[in-house]
Amino acid sequence: MKSEPNTPGQEVPVSAPVMVDLRLSVNRDSYPITVDTRETLLDTLRERLDLTGAKKGCDHGQCGACTVLVDGRRMKACLALTVTLDDREITTVEGLADGDTPHPLQAAFIENDAFQCGYCTPGQLCSAVGMLAEASAGWPSSVTADVTGEPRLDDEEIRERMSGNLCRCGAYVNIVAAIGQVAR
Amino acid sequence: MTTAAIPYVGSTMDRIEGPEKVTGRARYAFEHSPQDLAYAVPVPATIARGEVRSIDIDAVVQLPGVIAAIWHGNAPRLSTPENAELAVLQSPRVAYRGQYIAVVVAETLQDAREAARRLRVEYDAEPHDVELRVDHPGMYRPDQVNPFYPTDTEMGDPDSAFAAAPIVVDATYSTPAEHNNPMEPHATVALWDGDGLTLYDSTQGASTIRDTLAPLFGLPPENLRVISPHVGGGFGSKINPMPSVVVAALAAKQVGRPVKLSVTRQQMFAVTGYRTPTIQRVRLGADADGRLTTIVHEAFEQSSRIYEFAEQTTTPTRVMYAAPNRRTSHRLVRLDVPTPTYMRAPGEAPGMFALESAMDELAVAGKIDPVELRIRNEPAADPESGLPFSSRNLVACLREGARRFGWADRDPAPGVRRRGRWLIGTGVASSTYPTYRRPSQASARCDPDGMFTVRIAASDIGTGARTALTQIAADTLRTSPGRVRVEIGDSAMPSAIMAGGSMGTASWGTAVVRACQSLAEELDRRYGEVPAAGLETSADTTEEIDAQQRFSRHAFGAQFAEVAVDSDSGETRVLRLLGGFAAGRIINPKTARSQFIGGMTMGLSMALLEESIMDDEFGDYLNHDFAQYHIAACADVRDIDAFWIEEDDPHLNPMGSKGVGEIGIVGTAAAVANAVYHATGVRIRDLPITLDKLVR
Repeated sequence: MKSEPNTPGQEVPVSAPVMVDLRLSVNRDSYPITVDTRETLLDTLRERLDLTGAKKGCDHGQCGACTVLVDGRRMKACLALTVTLDDREITTVEGLADGDTPHPLQAAFIENDAFQCGYCTPGQLCSAVGMLAEASAGWPSSVTADVTGEPRLDDEEIRERMSGNLCRCGAYVNIVAAIGQVAR
Repeated sequence: MTTAAIPYVGSTMDRIEGPEKVTGRARYAFEHSPQDLAYAVPVPATIARGEVRSIDIDAVVQLPGVIAAIWHGNAPRLSTPENAELAVLQSPRVAYRGQYIAVVVAETLQDAREAARRLRVEYDAEPHDVELRVDHPGMYRPDQVNPFYPTDTEMGDPDSAFAAAPIVVDATYSTPAEHNNPMEPHATVALWDGDGLTLYDSTQGASTIRDTLAPLFGLPPENLRVISPHVGGGFGSKINPMPSVVVAALAAKQVGRPVKLSVTRQQMFAVTGYRTPTIQRVRLGADADGRLTTIVHEAFEQSSRIYEFAEQTTTPTRVMYAAPNRRTSHRLVRLDVPTPTYMRAPGEAPGMFALESAMDELAVAGKIDPVELRIRNEPAADPESGLPFSSRNLVACLREGARRFGWADRDPAPGVRRRGRWLIGTGVASSTYPTYRRPSQASARCDPDGMFTVRIAASDIGTGARTALTQIAADTLRTSPGRVRVEIGDSAMPSAIMAGGSMGTASWGTAVVRACQSLAEELDRRYGEVPAAGLETSADTTEEIDAQQRFSRHAFGAQFAEVAVDSDSGETRVLRLLGGFAAGRIINPKTARSQFIGGMTMGLSMALLEESIMDDEFGDYLNHDFAQYHIAACADVRDIDAFWIEEDDPHLNPMGSKGVGEIGIVGTAAAVANAVYHATGVRIRDLPITLDKLVR
């Protein structure tokens, strides 16, 4: 068999990593940092800043475990290159509580047992925070019957809007209950 | 068990680690970062069978940040393991596509990934065979099936009874390969200190990893410590050590630095196990009243070339229904495929899909209500072993489930209920799961401040083990959970069985009760006086469990499903799932309910979505990520609920509990398939129930 690179594709000549200085704003803290331009926000958070709340479940934007908020909107941190996020306001699960007071969604997740292993939970929580903001801004989803008014977050709306966050333990029923408790 | 003033066992309690999990403070394996660490990225084989001829290591170590590239040509030698999957980088042989053949270690994850991608490998490829089929010439009879069951059983004359039966079903069912896919990929941080090795590992059993890996690296067990405080799910795939943990330890040894390694989601489809595909033939014969005269259940499965994993597919059929004539069997073929492993209710989940679908077909053939058919075939004792059941409440689950679900006025006619373009149907299936218990050890300690510490190398993979053990310890110590600290997830603690087989709480709970009872007695002797140095007791349940009386011990349940099938597209939606379970005493209603509905959710996923597709040409599971291997998402899951029948079973363990982690998935897929038949008149015998099978 012919010798070939392990992953087929065009061979790009090897060069030294390109490093860029930037200021990353996470949970209202400012981090001056030098990043490899290949580095994702998820790897920067987890491997450089010791903010391990955002999880790596697939590294391909398919599971939602890495969901964080960037300027208040949901973003999959595994698909965002850190170098593009200079001066953006990033919020991770570590930044949801107000000091020692948990975010209402955090409290509702505990009360409704909306997680088991807990690995998808940070992503579910950040996604839920972003989703509630989207709904209150009047954004419809594909199950919104009347797209002119503010959508009412019934269970069907919540399920639809939370379907980018996979949970393998099967806590969806309790996740929807927890979010519904906060949303209504 | 000591009677407590306020029993916490049986009361609802929030998960102890809940606050850590919702704030992101709970640290999983990969999130431990020792000083001076390096990143390891393993390299999978791109052929399904053959040998690695050469790897251009020199080119890769020139790349930026690369510390080492390791393959069998330069890897540290390991002792020969019992499971050849763990002999990683020890030989040039490739047994399946995706098997690890090298690992690159570099300063950063980016450097390591880039170098792994560029590694040039030359192979001597050989023709491969990856197709499971019943008439494969390599089909053989394994000596036993997991964990220790006879391969085949036979009673009476099943063939003659089948020939003579007025009502019969003879059907072949199949279930595809399915991948566990816990949300946290298998990950390890390996740290050597002289002859000592510490592994932060994502595992269902710290003691198991230690006991398997220590001899592999020539270490006395006490020199190997496995730490796993939080585990992001496992569903069986983190019971046995997987190749990745060995690669991490080996790489750390080679480079003399701590090493971090995570299996990628794509690699998980090759190197972390999966549920074997099955082909199952079921023959049922009954008299005119629907009483079974014969049950025959034959299963055909696969394993890899390098390890015999023989799943116990037909074992639930040995306990479910009475019939004087019966046969069960298992046949296995070894292919050039990855090694299967345990996946939530291994054996029971696929096996009960076949049996409970066949029971529904029998109900249709005999014009008998499917709930009534099952009740009519309830055995007085274990139908094959003859042992008495320690408790068995299948009938109560069926009756109470039927009442709650609204089964009573069900019209059995298929394909006649329409709601717009949707066809509506309901279905039922039974569930069962064995009640196992294995020896474990625990310690209990009281300090002068009145705080108790219980230690056991148990694992909480999301089951709520930490919380349940705290409730159990608090009752035994006659104190409140707030005064008890349960420490788990560390092999330095008293040895314990892994979290698997739905036996964690029963096994660990027994050890915790015994250690706490000794401590309570010791405290009573001292009139509650705690010495300055504290007081500690320990327990080992080996003798107690070896001496337990012989009973047939199983949990049972009934699953009810209502589905809607789009008459134009064939899309199936599960409108409602209700599960009723008889699983002994429920220790924590809140977390137990989550386990039941979690299992049912995975069962829904098994019914409608999950299928790992083998590419015969390249010998690879093609759909190896979440974009292509679909698991149930939030919008797939509407109304799922569970209830339970409280059982007072004195023959189990001090808590009176059966396991709850797996029974929820058992029977779900059959209940859904039976409901799809009721909705459409189309019988789907091959999972998953996809559109193409319904629209013809």
